Amino acid sequence: MDLDPLVLSRIQFAFVVSFHAIFPVFTIGLASYIALIYGLAFKTNNPKWERLGAFWTQVFAVVFGMGVVSGIVMSFQFGTNWSNFALATSNFLGPILSYEVVTAFFLEAAFLGVLLFGRGKVPNGVHFFAALMVSIGTFISSFWILSANSWMQTPAGVEMRDGFYHVIDWSAAIFNDSFWYRFSHMALASFLTGGFVVAGVSAWFIIEKRDTELHRKALSMTLWLLLIIAPLQIFVGDMHGLNTLKHQPTKVAAMEANWETQKNVPLLLFAIPDQEAQKNHFEVGIPSMASLILTHEWDGEVPGIKEMPRDQQPNVPVVFWSFRIMVAMGVLMVLFAITGLILRKNKAYARNRWFLQGLRLMSLAPFVAVLSGWFVTEVGRAPYLVYGQMTQAEALTPSLTGGMALFTLIGYIAVYACVFAAGAYYLTRVIRAGTEAAEQHDDEKHRAKRPLSAAEADFD
Amino acid sequence: MSEPIFDLTYVWAAIIAFGVIMYVLMDGFDLGQGILFMFAPSEHDRDIMMNSVAPVWDGNETWLVLGGAGLLAAFPLVYSIFLPALYIGVFLLLAGLIFRGVAFEFRFKAHTSRYLWNWAFAIGSTVAAFAQGAVVGAYIQGFETENMRYVGGALDWLSPFTVLTGLGLVAGYALLGATWLVMKSEGSTQQWAYRLVKPLLAAVLLIFAIISIWTPFVDPFVSERWFSHITPIWLLPILALACAFWLYRSIQAKREGTPFIATMGMFIFTYLGLLASKWPYVVPPNYTLSQAASAHESQLFLLLGLLFVIPIVLVYTAWTYWVFRGKVKADQGYH
Repeated sequence: MDLDPLVLSRIQFAFVVSFHAIFPVFTIGLASYIALIYGLAFKTNNPKWERLGAFWTQVFAVVFGMGVVSGIVMSFQFGTNWSNFALATSNFLGPILSYEVVTAFFLEAAFLGVLLFGRGKVPNGVHFFAALMVSIGTFISSFWILSANSWMQTPAGVEMRDGFYHVIDWSAAIFNDSFWYRFSHMALASFLTGGFVVAGVSAWFIIEKRDTELHRKALSMTLWLLLIIAPLQIFVGDMHGLNTLKHQPTKVAAMEANWETQKNVPLLLFAIPDQEAQKNHFEVGIPSMASLILTHEWDGEVPGIKEMPRDQQPNVPVVFWSFRIMVAMGVLMVLFAITGLILRKNKAYARNRWFLQGLRLMSLAPFVAVLSGWFVTEVGRAPYLVYGQMTQAEALTPSLTGGMALFTLIGYIAVYACVFAAGAYYLTRVIRAGTEAAEQHDDEKHRAKRPLSAAEADFD
Repeated sequence: MSEPIFDLTYVWAAIIAFGVIMYVLMDGFDLGQGILFMFAPSEHDRDIMMNSVAPVWDGNETWLVLGGAGLLAAFPLVYSIFLPALYIGVFLLLAGLIFRGVAFEFRFKAHTSRYLWNWAFAIGSTVAAFAQGAVVGAYIQGFETENMRYVGGALDWLSPFTVLTGLGLVAGYALLGATWLVMKSEGSTQQWAYRLVKPLLAAVLLIFAIISIWTPFVDPFVSERWFSHITPIWLLPILALACAFWLYRSIQAKREGTPFIATMGMFIFTYLGLLASKWPYVVPPNYTLSQAASAHESQLFLLLGLLFVIPIVLVYTAWTYWVFRGKVKADQGYH
């Protein structure tokens, strides 16, 4: 069997980027939540908020550490596996990705240390300010990354000279046509991730009857936030979809598994798309609904996948099902947020065991939604890396062989399996130690100014 | 296109050259702890070794990431030829750095599994150091390129010559690590570190003597540069040797801080000698700095941000080292 370096490189990138993405998407949301809690602590002077903040800061430290470790790998992938792409786009992506690194270091140098180790050593106001700056810093970091990604989806502000993109308009390139949609969609996804993890963990503490009153307050506050953010995300997601329809119609056609350009397109609830036959099997759908959603008219015309020749189509089953999984998770999140509102009376949300157990499970939902959402947008733009301009095959490192790619793919999977099994295991120990442990403060442990030394739990 | 008024390429070359030597010196001594780790006489010594670098190591590694990202922005050709050419080596480097980084975090929190984290730290550090040395060797060897693309094989970077440079850097980092430990420890740990310095110095000098004799044969350009006429760059190896002698004397005299400074001197002059050998080629043997540089407006766009951030990182780094100055004692730390 011939090993295809293109396929293996795509699998490797999907693997390392998916693995990496789950950490920042959580820490970005959690950083805002921590800033909120320390804001409350500063305003009310109530030590219980301090305790809650200290607990979540420990969780933040561990996950942030994991994100940094997996992020180092990312910054080398473009060169090792996609060197033609790296070279051609370097005039734009080089500075953009460097600014991300610079932001991250600046954040780490200036404020992370104060947030992680400054409690009790700096005034509460300064501590709150550090937490706020860390949360803003995480957003600036994601700003650069999403700008880079959006530019690859909707390239702008550049012109091609001798095989190199040259930036002629920085602002048009950075704030390209899909940037704000993608950025808001991701920002809300981060809030949802942070929110549902906090809700799930709080629910677990309530079930375990540990520090119940504090976690009930945390849960209550989080449910209010989710009630606003979850429906808002559906709205923003819809706008992002319409933007995609404008710039990448084939991707939207694949999301809906709509092969022919036609009117009155049904919204498919179930189907098995068959790329070979260029049609669907076992379709179950709501008539004309996709036309309504995408064009806001019952008989609106929706472009079909067949507008593109077979070899320029994305993998339709993957895009179609990833999209459905993402939407299903989104709907579940809205339902849980609304259930939380219904159970407000007599604080039933903190007593109903079904609801609490459900919330525990729901802490995984945003991660599933985020990953499947990224699969939609990344697989959906195939075969292009820079949409409409550079294909994945053109972007690949010319000297890369299938054997080399397979070696590192297996290698990365092995390394990540070891390292993140240890990380996930340790994270559960930090959470189990709980808010009670966050109160004890062993100063000697904190000599190192590194993320994980902010956590108190033992490894074994 | 109008020519820019001021060519930023050399500003960027200076920034990246500075970043690389900062990285080599700073991560060098903490990688050195890992290389020497399993040779330490006791668990107590290992605690001291790790505590001596724990507050600063991840700050040290930021220079690597900054260098990588800066390279893509300022000299994309270097990035897009080195990484494919060193594909397997880059993986080993990253895997090594990840394992040792995680070992740093978990060793202090582990009890029964501590020996596993010891090994992860030692092997990860050694592999990372070796891979970095091999990268230096591959740079001296040069890269097979066509039309701005790497066209050589997967293991061109692994030759007898690069194995030697790899071992050379492992020995060099071990020497930096040992002299750092002399400065930061006391009692039996310090005595052990003292005993390491002379054999390590001998190994480093031997390997570098072989590399120096071998390099002109590997690359005629280097031979031409060094031996065609009398040149001021001859001062660099002389100064490096002077530092080696200074190191030897300071160990004889049982000095504590001087050996580390002398070792850094050896590294700096050797590094300058390497740069002088290849200047202005950054992807030898075909591409110079100017040919590998990105567009002027891209260099400028990033420079504005870096000029603001680099001083802050430097101040923060200096402050961290100041806070954690002095000897490391076994009872202060985290275990």
